[in-house]
Amino acid sequence: MLAMNYRGPKRVRIDQKPMPEILHPEDAIVRVLRSCICGSDLHLYNGNVPDTRVGTTFGHEFVGEIVEVGSEVTKVKVGDNVLVPFNISCGKCVFCKQELYGNCHEANPEATAVGAIYGYSHTAGGYHGGQAEYVRVPYANVGPTIIPPGMDLDDAVLLTDVVPTGYQAAEMAGIQKGDTVMIFGAGPIGIMAAKCSWLFGAGRVIVIDKEEYRLEFVRNYAQCEAYNFEEIGDMAVFAKKTTDSLGADVCIDAVGAEAAGNAMQTITGRKLLLQAGSATALHWAINCVKKGGIVSIVGVYGPTDNLVPIGNVLNKGLTIRANQASVKRLLPRLIEHVQNGVLNPKALITHRLPLEEVAEGYRMFSNKLDNCIKPVLIPPSAKI
Amino acid sequence: MEDKRPLEDTIPFENNRGPADHSHIKGWGIDADPKNDPTYPMKKRTNGEHEGYTWERPTQQPVNMEVLYSIERPNMTAVFGTAAPLRGLSGAIRRMAYKRSENEYSHWLPLILADRVDVVEGVIDDFKHGKIPNIFAEKGYVADWHHNKSGLLARVAILAGITAAVVMLARSNSRD
Repeated sequence: MLAMNYRGPKRVRIDQKPMPEILHPEDAIVRVLRSCICGSDLHLYNGNVPDTRVGTTFGHEFVGEIVEVGSEVTKVKVGDNVLVPFNISCGKCVFCKQELYGNCHEANPEATAVGAIYGYSHTAGGYHGGQAEYVRVPYANVGPTIIPPGMDLDDAVLLTDVVPTGYQAAEMAGIQKGDTVMIFGAGPIGIMAAKCSWLFGAGRVIVIDKEEYRLEFVRNYAQCEAYNFEEIGDMAVFAKKTTDSLGADVCIDAVGAEAAGNAMQTITGRKLLLQAGSATALHWAINCVKKGGIVSIVGVYGPTDNLVPIGNVLNKGLTIRANQASVKRLLPRLIEHVQNGVLNPKALITHRLPLEEVAEGYRMFSNKLDNCIKPVLIPPSAKI
Repeated sequence: MEDKRPLEDTIPFENNRGPADHSHIKGWGIDADPKNDPTYPMKKRTNGEHEGYTWERPTQQPVNMEVLYSIERPNMTAVFGTAAPLRGLSGAIRRMAYKRSENEYSHWLPLILADRVDVVEGVIDDFKHGKIPNIFAEKGYVADWHHNKSGLLARVAILAGITAAVVMLARSNSRD
């Protein structure tokens, strides 16, 4: 089968690989119909995630058709079209029982601080991802969710990560009616977080980024304010002035390790790897939120340390909430929102590429070429 | 004349709360819940952890290959990935790294080193299989050719200039 093949930092290609096999009675094999390149894939692509081994296939956002199931699989069957949450979760451990499906204790042997994620290095369990024609899906009784009849595959594939992560960013922010929400990052997650903040009753939504085309998109898509940080001298002063000196009620970091905007963070976090990525967005979030406010983090960072003003977290009495999205928990509500037209995920997709052009897709997304917001890969075997 | 001041210098301190009427936004407030506090991830706390690692575990995936696991846990997880088995020098470094916990730099930094060694091993492996890596294609420069031609040409020009300078320097040294 064809599959993306990681060869080193900023080097990927398409190769023939062996078909995945059932390795566990709860496994299923899925024929991929759509897979996305995610902003967090860029951390892998740039070589910033430890234990990213050459030969791995990335891709944690995919939908497809079940083509084979293990002996203990009862919830899905061959022929079902499913969307597959990016987290791999057993459904039995104490964390899954609390609906912390992103923190399963029975899926990732290599690290305890992160759950298992498809195609996201051996630090996240060592699973191949869905940027391929076929993929092994463990715990098929738990994760895969049958795509409702009539749902567009482009909507479905964004329900595997982008929509739940953006929604959960707003949810964790504990937004109260009338709150001012400040979101750092106008990538797909930041855009979706802006859109979802309204569902929780936000009174004002402000998005910060530096890419004009993304700012323009989010203004229209999420009906919010959007500002270019390259036109802002001091982010905290801007936030204070526009909130009558008090600060935003909640701030959301929807950027993570690849943030721009601060030379010291960029050099130490992205160039020299002296910290686990550039923490500019988180730094701004802490300094822009009000006293007693909430900072919600969905931007992805590496496993070591970051330079953030933790003293201000103490002195301002902040609450920080963060987690990988618990996709399975959120899917029923989010499917409803998509079906009712409250959310329109597929509008984020700007590029549809054949899987064979995966290297160009990564380059385009990474360098923000051709106004790229969300690229989707379509394998030749999708036959659509 | 264009105002070049930073944005914050052009606005006063003011309360710019949005309008109270958000009826133009489809779905506004439909998930608002004043009682949603503490919200996720604390919301469904059960204190099940107090019972320890006692839940009925899923069937164990057969361990037919060398899989490293964190020393912060007592066992292999019930399922695990088999994407890229350990190999060569990078594998030896990874084995060493996994002897230390996730709490230590001596776990993570060797893994980054192993990743870089693995890249070299990957190139050697390609050659062993008669494959010459096409770096231009693997780096996706075709996308630049389509959407950022001037940037790509500038990059090529810089590279050519540096190469020419190095060659000229080497030649002048050899004449001396």
